[in-house]
Amino acid sequence: MARLHEYQGKQLLKSSGITVPEGKVAASIEEVKKIVSELDGDVVLKAQVWTTGRFSKGLIQFAQNSGEATASAGQLFGREVNNFTIDRILIEKKINIEKEYFASLIISDSEAAPVMIFSAVGGTGVEETVREQPDKVVFFPIDIIRGFKDYHARNMLRKVGISGREQRSLADILVKLWQTAHAYDARSAEINPIVLTREGQFLAADCRMTIDDYAVYRHPELGIEIARELNHPPSELDRIAYQVEKNDYRGTFYFIQMAQSFDSKEKYVGFHGAGGGGSMMSMDAVQRRGYKIANFCDTSGNPPASKVYRAAKIILSQKNIIGYFGSGSGVASQEQFHSARGLVKAFREDWVNIPVVIRLGGNSEDLAVQILTDYTRDLPAPVEGYKKDDSVEFCAQRFDELIRKSEIKKTKKPGRPPSSKNLYLFDSLTGTVSYDHDLCIECESKICVSKCVPQILKIENDKPVLNITREEAKKGKCTECLACEVECYFHGNKGGHVDLPIQGLPGYRKKTGLT
Amino acid sequence: MSILIDQHKKVIVQGITGREGMTRTRLMLDYGTQVLGGVTPGRGGQEVYGLPVFDTVQEAVDQLGNIDVSVIFVPAPLVKDATLEAFDAGIMLAVLVPDRVPIYDVLEVHYYAQERGASFVGPNTLGLLSPGKAVLGMMGGHAKSAQAWFKPGNVGVTSRSGGMTSSLAYYLSQAGIGLSTIIHVGGDALVGLPHPEVVKRFQEDPETDVIVMFGEIGTSQEEKVAELIASGRVTKPLVAYIGGRAAQKGTRFSHAGAIIEGNRGTYEGKVKLLQEAGAHVVEEFQEIPKVTLKILENLS
Repeated sequence: MARLHEYQGKQLLKSSGITVPEGKVAASIEEVKKIVSELDGDVVLKAQVWTTGRFSKGLIQFAQNSGEATASAGQLFGREVNNFTIDRILIEKKINIEKEYFASLIISDSEAAPVMIFSAVGGTGVEETVREQPDKVVFFPIDIIRGFKDYHARNMLRKVGISGREQRSLADILVKLWQTAHAYDARSAEINPIVLTREGQFLAADCRMTIDDYAVYRHPELGIEIARELNHPPSELDRIAYQVEKNDYRGTFYFIQMAQSFDSKEKYVGFHGAGGGGSMMSMDAVQRRGYKIANFCDTSGNPPASKVYRAAKIILSQKNIIGYFGSGSGVASQEQFHSARGLVKAFREDWVNIPVVIRLGGNSEDLAVQILTDYTRDLPAPVEGYKKDDSVEFCAQRFDELIRKSEIKKTKKPGRPPSSKNLYLFDSLTGTVSYDHDLCIECESKICVSKCVPQILKIENDKPVLNITREEAKKGKCTECLACEVECYFHGNKGGHVDLPIQGLPGYRKKTGLT
Repeated sequence: MSILIDQHKKVIVQGITGREGMTRTRLMLDYGTQVLGGVTPGRGGQEVYGLPVFDTVQEAVDQLGNIDVSVIFVPAPLVKDATLEAFDAGIMLAVLVPDRVPIYDVLEVHYYAQERGASFVGPNTLGLLSPGKAVLGMMGGHAKSAQAWFKPGNVGVTSRSGGMTSSLAYYLSQAGIGLSTIIHVGGDALVGLPHPEVVKRFQEDPETDVIVMFGEIGTSQEEKVAELIASGRVTKPLVAYIGGRAAQKGTRFSHAGAIIEGNRGTYEGKVKLLQEAGAHVVEEFQEIPKVTLKILENLS
């Protein structure tokens, strides 16, 4: 779930009419100074990081003047908390607390409804309070169609003994909390505490909100860069991969780097799974043999070969991996030869020199394993493919053996034949297909036409051309099955090529010393 | 028998002219599912594999007569409306294959399903399959594979992981265990027919003798199944495996999850409750067929 920072959540609450303490967010000491002078008086500095118990960790500090504030900010900026570096501090006018409450909206799977939770006691340690004083807490499952009305809120509050003006003011906050959560597709929205100040004002002193990853597209205004809960700031490769995911709706693609810094004593391997459950089991099997997983990657749900290719290229862009392990559930409904062709293209381009084991069990597994192994024999490293009757344990064992043996051949990558002027080009959904007609005319097999999965090619004057309009090819009729490159290379005259750019990857590879 | 789907159920496909819709219609037809037609707005009058395509679900129902199931293959942002359209046309079971359906949309679908007494499987589901009878969704990929992989019999399979549904069903079949219905309940936090609902249906199905459940960490589905067993509402033997034991525990961000769910959702919590209720909890995935075989032997 995509998390919002406190200051972002508070902006949303404020725009729906909930009062929040006066304040602003700062990204530098200069901004801290400026905000403190504007606020005039005692302030609180709150580091914008995703953790609970910030006060006890020193991530919330009070200051009486600009000097104290800048000193505190100096300590906070740049500090690491849960892999994240503090780069924003929310500075607010200090409030005088009379009383604290807790309110939260969460989507409950067991109720199949959003549930509003209110506790008459709030603040730090609310979980313990709730356990010790259950009579202070009320739950209300919300009818999604009718919504959460003022009277629902007042009845909730009545149950914990809150009445009069206190009841009306808090009810107003609860209703607006629901409205905000609903409007922004929040999986959870929490105010802890709602504060009653000594001056008699009710305000939201903190806010934690998570947005449904699947609904982030409805809220471009939130500026969420990667719609998922990460336990680290997105790495450059995470960002590159997310663009691939976002720009291609066909099948699932998910990539996340697990290792942030590569410890030279550890043995890191690239992981390429298919489906969450099978991937978890497969990663376990590899980890049990003493390896560290450099990244988690999932291509499933019938992805095109081009997507699997891009996933493989991104995995191979991790410089410190000593092996490449691919395994999903083992009995895939999708056509596995698509994955095999995508992998072959990537492995050949990168002239892979680390051992590869791929478990390709499922539909068309015989063909898939044949493509994977036949077309990678000349690579420096061994590439092995397995099927549904080969267990994860067996494949992980084999992977371990290959890494231990480390039999890497010194074969040279063959260059591509020089490109002629006579190129036939057309665009696919995410790339460009080219046939070198000077080579094609000499080709006897014309294998590109027979192996083309969507069957969109024909022979005209002895050369392959589209049998559909360019428009249709670009809109997705060309499924980027990669047969006209991979099959052509081995059984044709090497005239077919599919260019599948990955935005940002060439630059990343150059920078990290990979070619 | 079987649950939810068999060869007599009449089926339409929403989004039949799309990439996935067409491919999976082929699978369903070849396997024996009674697919009578499909719906794609703006494509009424066309045909897919000789099946009529209609502009609306109501039109399909008007032309084809009573329809039992709609299998939905439309883009995620359109899934909610497509499902409501199916319910409004009187269809009582929808299978929501797409991934990434916003959770508030699923909440609304849930609401309307309850209002009409209808059900839905998914979202984010591979579908369901009753071996030798019919398939809904994409399980098996091809009819030939589905026929070769999944054998008919008296064990019901329910799973939260798509890929593991097929592989579990395959390894059970390989061990000589026949299956009544295989169902992937969907990979999301909120699904139409979670494990407890499926397990209740297996309990009522006279041809299911044993239930195999592939659970996962998160949600309260497995805990509810344990409650059903403990309270005697489910009496058939149940073999359970819970995936995600080694998964990293995320740093918790809000308090509400802990307050409302308590210890629910954890590997240890699920295993403990299921064991106490009398389920056969298996620690290693590969043990599932062995344990199931033993139970079947004891039954006969």
